[in-house]
Amino acid sequence: MASATTLVPGPQLAERISAAVPDSVVGVQEGWVEVDAGKLLDVGRFLHDDRELDARYLNQLGAVDRFDYFEVVYHLTSLSHNHEMVLKVRADHDEPQVPSVVSVWYGAHLQEREAYDLMGIRFPGHPDMKRLFLWEGFPGHPLRKDFMSLPGGFKPGLQRFPKEDPEAWGGEFRAD
Amino acid sequence: MLANWYDFRDLGNGVERLLEALRDGGASDGVIYVVAGALGAAAILALVGLTTLINIWIERRLIGRIQVRRGPNRVGPFGLLQPVADALKLIQKEALQPYNADGLVFSLAPIVIFVPAILAFAVLPWGEKMVLADLNVGVLYLLALGSTNTIIVFMAGYASNNKYALLGSMRVIAMLISYELPGVLALLGVTLFAGTMSLSGIVAFQDTHWTWLVFLQPLALLIFFIGSTAELNRTPADIAEAESEIVAGFHIEYSGMKFGLFYAVELVNAVAISAIVASLFLGGWWTFGLEQWVPGWLIFIGKAYAVYFVLIWFRGTLPRFRIDQLMAFAWKFLLPLAVVNVFMSATEVFIWREYELSAGVVLPIFAVVNVALAGALIAGWSRVMMQPFVRFPRRARLVSDIDVPLPGDAAREPAAV
Amino acid sequence: MPIKTEPFVMNIGPQHPSTHGVFRMRVTLDGERITDAEMVIGYLHRSMEKLAEERTWTQNIPFTDRMDYLAAMTGNLGYCIAVERLAGIEVPERAQYLRVMFAELQRIASHAMANGTFINDCGAWQTPLFYMFREREKILDLFEMACGARLTLNYMRIGGVAFDLPDEFMPRLQSLIDELPDRIAEYEGLSLENEILLMRSRDIGVLSPELAINASVSGPMLRGSGIAWDVRKADPYSIYDRFDFDIPVGYNGDCYDRFIVRMEEVRQSVRIVKQAMEGLPAGNHLADVPLNFRPPEGELYSRIESPKGELGFYLVSDGGPVPYRFHVRSPSLINLSALREMVIGQSVADAIVTLGSIDINVGEVDR
Repeated sequence: MASATTLVPGPQLAERISAAVPDSVVGVQEGWVEVDAGKLLDVGRFLHDDRELDARYLNQLGAVDRFDYFEVVYHLTSLSHNHEMVLKVRADHDEPQVPSVVSVWYGAHLQEREAYDLMGIRFPGHPDMKRLFLWEGFPGHPLRKDFMSLPGGFKPGLQRFPKEDPEAWGGEFRAD
Repeated sequence: MLANWYDFRDLGNGVERLLEALRDGGASDGVIYVVAGALGAAAILALVGLTTLINIWIERRLIGRIQVRRGPNRVGPFGLLQPVADALKLIQKEALQPYNADGLVFSLAPIVIFVPAILAFAVLPWGEKMVLADLNVGVLYLLALGSTNTIIVFMAGYASNNKYALLGSMRVIAMLISYELPGVLALLGVTLFAGTMSLSGIVAFQDTHWTWLVFLQPLALLIFFIGSTAELNRTPADIAEAESEIVAGFHIEYSGMKFGLFYAVELVNAVAISAIVASLFLGGWWTFGLEQWVPGWLIFIGKAYAVYFVLIWFRGTLPRFRIDQLMAFAWKFLLPLAVVNVFMSATEVFIWREYELSAGVVLPIFAVVNVALAGALIAGWSRVMMQPFVRFPRRARLVSDIDVPLPGDAAREPAAV
Repeated sequence: MPIKTEPFVMNIGPQHPSTHGVFRMRVTLDGERITDAEMVIGYLHRSMEKLAEERTWTQNIPFTDRMDYLAAMTGNLGYCIAVERLAGIEVPERAQYLRVMFAELQRIASHAMANGTFINDCGAWQTPLFYMFREREKILDLFEMACGARLTLNYMRIGGVAFDLPDEFMPRLQSLIDELPDRIAEYEGLSLENEILLMRSRDIGVLSPELAINASVSGPMLRGSGIAWDVRKADPYSIYDRFDFDIPVGYNGDCYDRFIVRMEEVRQSVRIVKQAMEGLPAGNHLADVPLNFRPPEGELYSRIESPKGELGFYLVSDGGPVPYRFHVRSPSLINLSALREMVIGQSVADAIVTLGSIDINVGEVDR
């Protein structure tokens, strides 16, 4: 057994992915492969089922706000081959949407809800897309870099009960 | 022949002298009856109140010792006044009543639940003459009182308008009705041997035959005792108030002294059950001639507290059964054993009475047979019951390096254990 | 006449003796059988990931204490290792040994707490908890000697540990390590042989290895399902590759397996601490790292094996003094992914036992 987890190099991973799912790879770096959001589910299923890559374990799902776009990062590990791979998906900043991978990795269930809650990325196909930590009706998604400059702004103390007092945070009620 | 009134080995002597004097003074039977009843009731109520206070302290201290801590030791010497402080606090607290609760039933339940708990003490023989009501159906009376608890607990749970309370009271009904059966059957063996249902008669049987019934009826003691812990809502059968599951069960919504009454009743019931076990199986006030020197009622209280200690010990050490396991335990384990016990007792009593054998010869033989049978049955039956749970070893496997038996990898499947 | 029935919805939590914090589970019951379960979390959400974006890399260390407050040492360790990997900082040898030692002591304390509360959830009236607290107290005393705090330790620093050991530390640790094997044997004798505990937890909350991997559970939960996966072995961080220890693995994936895996892990941790004590070199305990240093631009996912499972930090740096993104893969939260599958079809009592065997820490679930 390898003594430490090795990273599957990006180019090698991209080659395999594009062989299985054509036109899915958007960008390749040494550390990761960026795939097209529309093909994410196919890529995920391929990585999960492929016996050599064997990415059956989703370590973590993280979302990063890059100002003009969102990035969702999937860290995958093969427990049998002890190697890891990194997948990235880009989402539009105004209407961020990334297909849900819950049908492939069930462990993404709570993490996608977390990403939706704090970053505002929607995951179509998720069985239970609700806020995880914050209450329904919380204005905005706090992990976004522009959270403080939302319309109405962040007013400490006043944003606690938005449903009861929508005026307090700017007058409009964001349904999410 | 009346003993002297100051013969404190049996407090009944004084009362008897008093009644005798009343009768000589020309009092009617009714007056004497009332005086005797009032004296006995006052004594029992005083004792119950006192033991409740002391038992709170004893239980908390003992559980503290079991749990490697000290227990209450701040209020008064050795924390002896802690129960008083608790009671004062509970009296001060507001008695809340939840919205939409059934007010009358809600308030009635903690009061009503006290009645059977107190009544049980009436038939207990504290000494040769210290029986308030020597019913000739004493055992039946105790069993009847035990089953009234069910409806009162359900009153409390239902009236609280709380889902935890409802769940708790439903569990109580299911459990108590199941545990009634093995308990009754266990006591049947005792009454078969003693030939009477009167508690003082059973003690007298143990006196005349120079034995404790525990030697003749070990299975009955075990079954009755376990069934009693279930009726008392104590671990391992405290599913009605299961703190880690339904928080406090049927009395979750009670606060202040209403909760205090439930808490006190639990302790009173524990003492009552201990006393019943002591008088039925451990000879009551009679202890192989020791009662000539030590007051019988002290012996009796000592025995009751010894049994009570076992109850506390249970509470401090055992986890809780799940409800279906508890029912299975009653129906699959206790009930067959109880039936076997009744059968054995009936056979033995038949042999003994029919052939008019000497008690000194047959009773030791029966004792040996019954103890051996009880041990064999319990060991064998529990092994059968535990069969499904011991498929795997109780220690984890140790893997010295990452060797991942992933599902689907036929070559690397974990070795069959 | 048709009988009208409606589901019996009950809230377990947020204030409940067995949820170990403010965790709420809404269960739909059919009698006592759970037909649906939904968890509602976030009562302890403190938005650490947002706060961390406004504090320097060093200032973020106390947040990792407050995540899993029962295992603050491993939280510290995970974050410090992540930042060191990001910035390429070398950690002195003595600090490495101290880190391993304290992380394993923390694992013992956390597992003691987990096992105690687990038996407590099975219905034992707090006795196991007090027994387990006995050893945990001694470990917390050791922590107090080393860094002055007992719970939120804030002991690790980027590039080492904050303080060197006081003189009285090693004898106390030695006496603790000497008595621990006996204590573990005592606990095992008290708990593993108990038939009621066996009945309550065997075949309860079974997590199949397939679901365990697919639901990303980690730590004792993954190992309880029979999968030998431990980040300390698979991807050794710090100096774990120098120590000799085994991974305990369960059989069936039920609550009892998770319990015995934790029991055995305590024993293995004692082995590691012993080896670390023997190998502890003299030298510096903290590398020379500026207080507000700036790691180079980049991103990295670094993981360690915390007592609860795989604790990962996904850090993104834009070369500034504060993290651009600070994401925690908290094992407690992700281990809960499989909770719904595990409790459906069980009774309420089993659901409580299952939840207890997952060993969540709400501070880490909600962050």
